Amino acid sequence: MSERVLMCGNKALAEAAILAGCDAYFGYPITPQNEIPAYMSRRMPEEGRVFVQSESELAAISMVFGASATGKRAMTTSSSPGISLMQEGISYLAGAELPAVVVNVMRGGPGLGNIAPSQSDYFQATRGGGHGDYRTIVLAPSTVQEMVDFMPLAFDLADQYTMTVLVLADGILGQMMEPVVLEKKQSKRKLPPKDWALTGANGRKQHIVRSLWLADGRLEEQNRKLQTKYEQVLKNEVLFEDYRLEGAEVVVVAYGVAARIARSAVDSAREEGIAAGLIRPITLWPFPTERIGKAADKYGLFLAVEMNMGQMVEDVRLAVEGKASVLFHGRSGGGVPAVEDIVGILRQASGSGGGEKGVGKRK
Amino acid sequence: MKTVFARTAVLKDCSTHYCPGCGHGIAHRLVAEAIDELGIQGRTIGIAPVGCSVLLYDYIDVDCIEVAHGRAPAVATGMKRTNPDKIVFSYQGDGDLASIGAAEILHAGHRGEQLTVIFINNAVYGMTGGQMAPTTMLNQVTTTSPKGRSAVEQGYPLQVSEVMAVLPGVVYVERTALDGGAGVRKTKKAIKHAFELQVEGAPGLALVEVLSPCPTYWRMPPAKAMKRIREEMSKFFPVGRLKG
Ligand SMILES: Cc1ncc(C[n+]2csc(CCOP(=O)(O)OP(=O)(O)O)c2C)c(N)n1
Repeated sequence: MSERVLMCGNKALAEAAILAGCDAYFGYPITPQNEIPAYMSRRMPEEGRVFVQSESELAAISMVFGASATGKRAMTTSSSPGISLMQEGISYLAGAELPAVVVNVMRGGPGLGNIAPSQSDYFQATRGGGHGDYRTIVLAPSTVQEMVDFMPLAFDLADQYTMTVLVLADGILGQMMEPVVLEKKQSKRKLPPKDWALTGANGRKQHIVRSLWLADGRLEEQNRKLQTKYEQVLKNEVLFEDYRLEGAEVVVVAYGVAARIARSAVDSAREEGIAAGLIRPITLWPFPTERIGKAADKYGLFLAVEMNMGQMVEDVRLAVEGKASVLFHGRSGGGVPAVEDIVGILRQASGSGGGEKGVGKRK
Repeated sequence: MKTVFARTAVLKDCSTHYCPGCGHGIAHRLVAEAIDELGIQGRTIGIAPVGCSVLLYDYIDVDCIEVAHGRAPAVATGMKRTNPDKIVFSYQGDGDLASIGAAEILHAGHRGEQLTVIFINNAVYGMTGGQMAPTTMLNQVTTTSPKGRSAVEQGYPLQVSEVMAVLPGVVYVERTALDGGAGVRKTKKAIKHAFELQVEGAPGLALVEVLSPCPTYWRMPPAKAMKRIREEMSKFFPVGRLKG
């Protein structure tokens, strides 16, 4: 079925997960992602697959842990407060080297915050919100089509590197309707066999899935092994998009929904004759550090735009390594950056407006 | 010469890390015997808790997973729902099951998950050094109830089996005691039955609560610990079949 259909992001993502071979879905209700468990509760049994509404997010991620340990493709979805509870399980998944797909349709925080769209969980997602020395791959869709396209990618990456892949969406993407193409695609990746899975030790030696390593030096050895794996991810899996960078005086860096707004701002600015461009990180970890570092050799000024008080901007700053200035513009708690505001900053920053003063917010 | 007692095939040929007189070693053997006798070693998955028995997989020779503190019934749910042909059991202490994992065990029972749960009630947190558990007896001195547990301050010991037995999704609950030969034999029978039910596809959760000695943190010799189960613990935690 490769015709375009109009669907909201949450439902499109759910159907895409089914097409990507998700064997089991576990989840607990939370706004703004309730369409996903509702959709899955109907569609998964239709496909002869597993749906369980768990008693909490602690339990949901533990169910994913159990299903994944038997070699199945398992996923859960939630929103910010629920993702906080899942950090325990995500840390155990990392320790036990199990694949998992976790979708965070972010809302405003901290605390109960609100149910408005936000990008407030960037730190939690990219810094490994749970305990221990680990990483998760983080994919940031910016269209409903990408919500769809990133599901098979997420499952493949999780299986390939036996780790958690987080899909970091937000309430706008989850709720808005866009035309999408939903089709089952053959994976181009050569995925390793799940020869570690718990399937019953019939005729073979016992398999153990664990994260406890007590012998002297053994945990450090394990963590080095994880690191080697993460280095492969850093080398092979960085995704980003460049947009209208030719001769840019200011390079906007934004992801997800903020990147769509930034793209419009870049277009408006270009119409006014302001040389602005955009780099859109698609993987937030691994972050396109090298790309932005190289861009900083060429372009002198960067503007990070986010729906939070300044989180990704730290990675941008690390990437430019002091070679360029980095400005920040953010809205938080459900606020959404306006195209005009971004254009205003670009205007001032490029010198065609009111000069240096009052330019963005230097962080 | 006739062999009257031998190592169970499902038990690995090694010594355990347990303290002298600890009940975990006995309970492990009974679980292994049940798996062996039912011929399900090749399709059983065991779940080790956080607690003294975290290294369960070093002793019981089946596929095993180690999970976060208390989450075993949720992990088991994920496994059994995706693998209905496998026999999935969790083995959990009283801190793990009755405290931090109270929600997970209650809801696994509530949903009627087809699981076997072996619940070792030794009335203390063993692994962390003998703190008070929800199941600690009144007046029992632990490192965090130095004056003895008081009903007013810390509540009464939690009777998990009684709570679980009222859930329609729970098909079998029995409380047994590792307090001597007869108690060990009864425990064996109960554990085997709890596995049998899952093998037969009984429509719900089977739980065996095993009153188990912890001489180290009860600060008494092993024989006296068994006597304590008989004379003191089983007064508040009566042994017998509660359901099924
Ligand atoms: C989230 C979390 N909290 C606390 C601990 C520390 N901890 C390890 S074992 C344990 C208690 C285990 O007691 P119990 O379940 O009664 O089993 P026993 O050791 O007595 O067999 C605790 C609190 C932990 N590992 N994880």
